Amino acid sequence: MSEEKKRLGKVFLNGVITENPTFRLVLGTCPTLAVTTCALNGLGMGAAATFVLIGSNAAISMLRKFIPDQVRIPAFIVIICTFVTMVQLLMQAYLPDLYESLGIFIPLIVVNCIILARAEAFASKNGVLASVFDGLGMGVGFTLALTLIGMIRELIGSGCLFGMQVMSASYEPMLLFVMASGGFLTFGILLGLFNLVVRRIEDRRRREAARQ
Amino acid sequence: MSLRLSTAPHIRSPKTTTRLMLNVLLALLPSAAAGVWYFGTRALMLLCVSTASAVVAEYLWQKLGRLPVRVGDLSAAVTGLILGLILPPTATWWMAVVGSVFAIIIVKQLFGGIGDNFLNPAMAARAVLLASWPARMTAYVTASRFGVDAVSTATPLARGAEGSYSYLELLLGNVPGTIGETCKLAILAGLLLLLLTRTVTWRIPVIMLGSTAFFSWILGFDPLYAVLSGGVLFAAAFMANDYATSPMSSRAQVVYAAGIGLITVVIRNYGSYPEGVTYAVLFMNILTPLLDRFMPHKIYGHQKVKEAKKA
Repeated sequence: MSEEKKRLGKVFLNGVITENPTFRLVLGTCPTLAVTTCALNGLGMGAAATFVLIGSNAAISMLRKFIPDQVRIPAFIVIICTFVTMVQLLMQAYLPDLYESLGIFIPLIVVNCIILARAEAFASKNGVLASVFDGLGMGVGFTLALTLIGMIRELIGSGCLFGMQVMSASYEPMLLFVMASGGFLTFGILLGLFNLVVRRIEDRRRREAARQ
Repeated sequence: MSLRLSTAPHIRSPKTTTRLMLNVLLALLPSAAAGVWYFGTRALMLLCVSTASAVVAEYLWQKLGRLPVRVGDLSAAVTGLILGLILPPTATWWMAVVGSVFAIIIVKQLFGGIGDNFLNPAMAARAVLLASWPARMTAYVTASRFGVDAVSTATPLARGAEGSYSYLELLLGNVPGTIGETCKLAILAGLLLLLLTRTVTWRIPVIMLGSTAFFSWILGFDPLYAVLSGGVLFAAAFMANDYATSPMSSRAQVVYAAGIGLITVVIRNYGSYPEGVTYAVLFMNILTPLLDRFMPHKIYGHQKVKEAKKA
């Protein structure tokens, strides 16, 4: 059982760090750049995508032996659409403000390549429990990345964090960071930093393994 | 005895990077002096802050990144001083710092340092400042030297202002504008120095100015006024011909310079900004690799037929 737990933990961490969808796979960059003008939007987008990922991964994993190979993509899309519609209706009902500010990007989760990529690369080949953990890991990785980008852009671009003023009143926000170009800048710099750190860690691990 | 292997070229020119950058710094001095003369100690403060923070940013980046420290080649000082000269005299010190740090760290060092930047660092920093603090970056004042007090006003480029300043005023620089761009005489002196010391060639600045005048004339505007107002002359002398971001072959340089002139005139007269030379230079900077690719140097002894066959 502990072996199984370890494997699931590895699947989860794979999504958060080793194959972080935003910083390692560079998937789903459209919502990453578009909605992260503030931290809350990033968090909301991440949470919505996580819900869809877990749901679609679980459903596709359950149906993987039933779906014919030739029509798997349309079948996946139909399943993903179902979960996206659920998220959209739930958000509209309970989080109308977030729903308003995310706008078109909620229905666009359907074509978010992270979700289709995980369906194709993981859920259609693995068991239900592992697929749920993969969806959770990928979702958390995506959420963390989006929230981080959103925090940086909100802090510099409007002097706030999660909607609360944190910079002193004399701080004049650097508007560039809430514009599209600021999104690209923040994304690019974080992408570089993340890969630098991960590469350093991997190098160290390899050296230690070689020593043993 | 150590044998050293090196690739061509083997003939070294005495024109080192430091020497060239020193020439540019010297050529910038008249403009800086004119800016301080017209806009007072605040302009001096801004120039010092922008230059110093560019140099410090480059030094710290190279030191902390364990890279060879090349701050002595003066290129960071040139970037910082140019940035200071294209700030409005009302800019604050922290805008100069943010601009310089952005120019050096993000535009220059992150792309590999001197020679590898794909945008002119100072111009990119100006665009960033313009996007970030639009009100502050366009708060121009009249030169305080001869007036009673500095009065905030539009630049000679603002719509409807054509003809409201005489050519002499524009040439001498007693007009609103950024610190370094107003005194055309000082810029011309600097350009002359750069040409005489062969730091730059005439092609890009002359064609860029000619294209600005030509397209202004075609569209029914005063060509001389177009060249003498705004930042076209300053950009032509010190920014468009930046080695790293302008094309190498002469044919490509012609297209590049003419393109800057055309885009500047179009933005000036039909865009929402009064001055478009910033975006014109940045746009053609981005096109530079493409121009270099499609209009390469003609290689000596290489025939066109062969080239066509290869392709």
